[in-house]
Amino acid sequence: MAIVRYRDALNQALREEMTRDENVILMGEDIGVFNGAFKVTNGLLAEFGEKRVRDTPISENTIVGMGVGAAMIGLRPVVELMTINFSLLAMDQIINHAAHIRYMFGGQVSVPLVVRMPQGAGHQLGPTHSHSWEAFFLHVPGLLVATPSTAADAKGLLKAAIRDDNPVVFIEHEYLYGQRGEVPDDGDHVEDFGRAAIRREGDDVTIIGISRMAVTAQKAATVLADEHEVQAEVIDPRTLRPLDLDTILASVRKTNRAVIVEEGWPHGGVGANLAALIQEQAFDDLDAPVGRVTGADVPMPYAKNLEEIAYPHEQQIVDAVLATFRDA
Amino acid sequence: MPEHALPEPEVAKEWLRTMMTIRRFEERAGEMYAKAKVGGFLHLAIGEEATIVGSGRALRDSDFLISTYRSHGHAIVRGTDPKRVMAELFGRVDGTSKGRGGSMHMFDLQKRFMGGYGIVGGNLPIAAGFALASDYQGADDVTLCQFGDGASNQGTFGETLNLAALWRLPVVFMVTNNRFGMGTALERHSAVTDLHKRGEGFGVPGMQCDGMDPLDTYHVTTEALRIAREERRPMLVEALTYRFRGHSMADPEEYRTKEQVEQWRARDPLLTFGDRLVAEGIIDADERTQMDADAVARIDEAVAFADASPHPPPESLYDDIYVLGGQVRGWYSLDERSPEPHKGEDERSMAQHDAADATPSTGEIPQQMTQAVEDN
Repeated sequence: MAIVRYRDALNQALREEMTRDENVILMGEDIGVFNGAFKVTNGLLAEFGEKRVRDTPISENTIVGMGVGAAMIGLRPVVELMTINFSLLAMDQIINHAAHIRYMFGGQVSVPLVVRMPQGAGHQLGPTHSHSWEAFFLHVPGLLVATPSTAADAKGLLKAAIRDDNPVVFIEHEYLYGQRGEVPDDGDHVEDFGRAAIRREGDDVTIIGISRMAVTAQKAATVLADEHEVQAEVIDPRTLRPLDLDTILASVRKTNRAVIVEEGWPHGGVGANLAALIQEQAFDDLDAPVGRVTGADVPMPYAKNLEEIAYPHEQQIVDAVLATFRDA
Repeated sequence: MPEHALPEPEVAKEWLRTMMTIRRFEERAGEMYAKAKVGGFLHLAIGEEATIVGSGRALRDSDFLISTYRSHGHAIVRGTDPKRVMAELFGRVDGTSKGRGGSMHMFDLQKRFMGGYGIVGGNLPIAAGFALASDYQGADDVTLCQFGDGASNQGTFGETLNLAALWRLPVVFMVTNNRFGMGTALERHSAVTDLHKRGEGFGVPGMQCDGMDPLDTYHVTTEALRIAREERRPMLVEALTYRFRGHSMADPEEYRTKEQVEQWRARDPLLTFGDRLVAEGIIDADERTQMDADAVARIDEAVAFADASPHPPPESLYDDIYVLGGQVRGWYSLDERSPEPHKGEDERSMAQHDAADATPSTGEIPQQMTQAVEDN
């Protein structure tokens, strides 16, 4: 194992896949000469050259669409969008085209495209640069959706995404870019999609944390154990499409309680979706209503004190977990 | 517009024959729509056949053609059997897209007809992506991207032309200027009505052709393709044409005068080009009549074929959403764990079987999932 920052793990994944397959090319705003807005593509232009690491104009819909076209006839483009908010400019190409082309053309072509983008609050970037929108993409049949929360998953899932023949929306997190974690350094580290990780074992309650919230949930679990004698099992789904519901259901059947934590908005969110699935599949195993902890139902504010209360922290998760024991 | 000499007699006849096929196809498609054999929207290209055939014949077989939601003729000019185009309109399994796409989403990878697209302007970035891949792979192929005058107002027009010029991509953009974006006249939707000039600011030189003349369209498109292929410079070609029918079948045509339609109908490419072939002795009146009768017969066959083709089986609903294998072992949706096993589970167990053959370790999750369904 090597200790690697999340952003460097992504960089390793890109470098290794570009070395392995010359059909892998990168496109995005300031990914080359500038080395990436968040330095994920640092050094790749120098190593692979302008033909494979392409700085683009600020034209999100078109660069994603070019990725779609290039993917349809043999390349494996990886497009970087500077934040998830900018992905809205490319929604036509991501949904009407990348996700639908295989189906609407009767399976004649596939679209092996990866669209990478970071999400998340905490840097006072305000209402157009700070959201968490995995729910938008989770909604779409035809897409795969990854939300890695560790350096190892960042690397392993990105490598898998590049190799997969389906379009992948790969959602990174701005807070996590600087976090360090263990990454296997023995050979080709590829992580399967559709396989949740149990980050902490416990018998009393299941906490499902999405993206950065998988990390926050582990911190909350420590508080719950230290201060409340509650042993929480923390599950990180890692990918939302495909979703490893079995691991989640097995845990809920053991603990009889579930709390879902996400940074995104409450209505129509990942938690709403998961809560529905859990109650449909494991209703008789539940001792309490499924709890949700979400971001506040507001555009992300700039002011530091407001931003802090607009996305979940450990204490809200602790409170939500304890609420599931209230009537026990 | 310059008067071009006719091509070799067999070539000239093939052009006329293909224009007739497209015309008769579109007419019958309209009839089938009226009979409710065809659903949804139906956009006919009657009047635009010279633009389709003139530009289509300028392409090499290995070049890529990408089009819009008005694309039956583009599929036919590339060599897709009209039977399969009609079957797609009928929503049948033998359609070009297995009945998944309908009128607006024809596709034939083998013929390098890279699709009809229902989102106005949505196909331009994809066209540039084909050109990028061709260029990257060192291939000599050019992409011809057709779109309407209305699409020239989308953001993708400026974005894509800029990028194509910046990266010197082998792509020719062809704006089929039929003078209306749906029901909004060119003068009412574009400040600059000489659409071929709208590329200059993006570094894409413009050319104009008479889209009612297959010869002029052919020559101008051929030159644009040459420049894109040899000089690696994208070009914008404006084809001046007109659709004789409404935007779609649901169009009372209150936005234009009968006189304007009649003026353009007098320039009907099937009449003018056919007359010229007769005048220059390539065909005689009888042969012309016979060619048209052959086109009608061909479309009769297409209708019979489409009518006989089966509807897609309900259990195919979830086919082809994902490429199975790799990271996807089954079809994923909210109700996949409902007590009744369904298609998704079948696919998963198939994929599980395949995966077990290839790499034994990856069969684990599907097995869990199948078990979960059984437990219910």
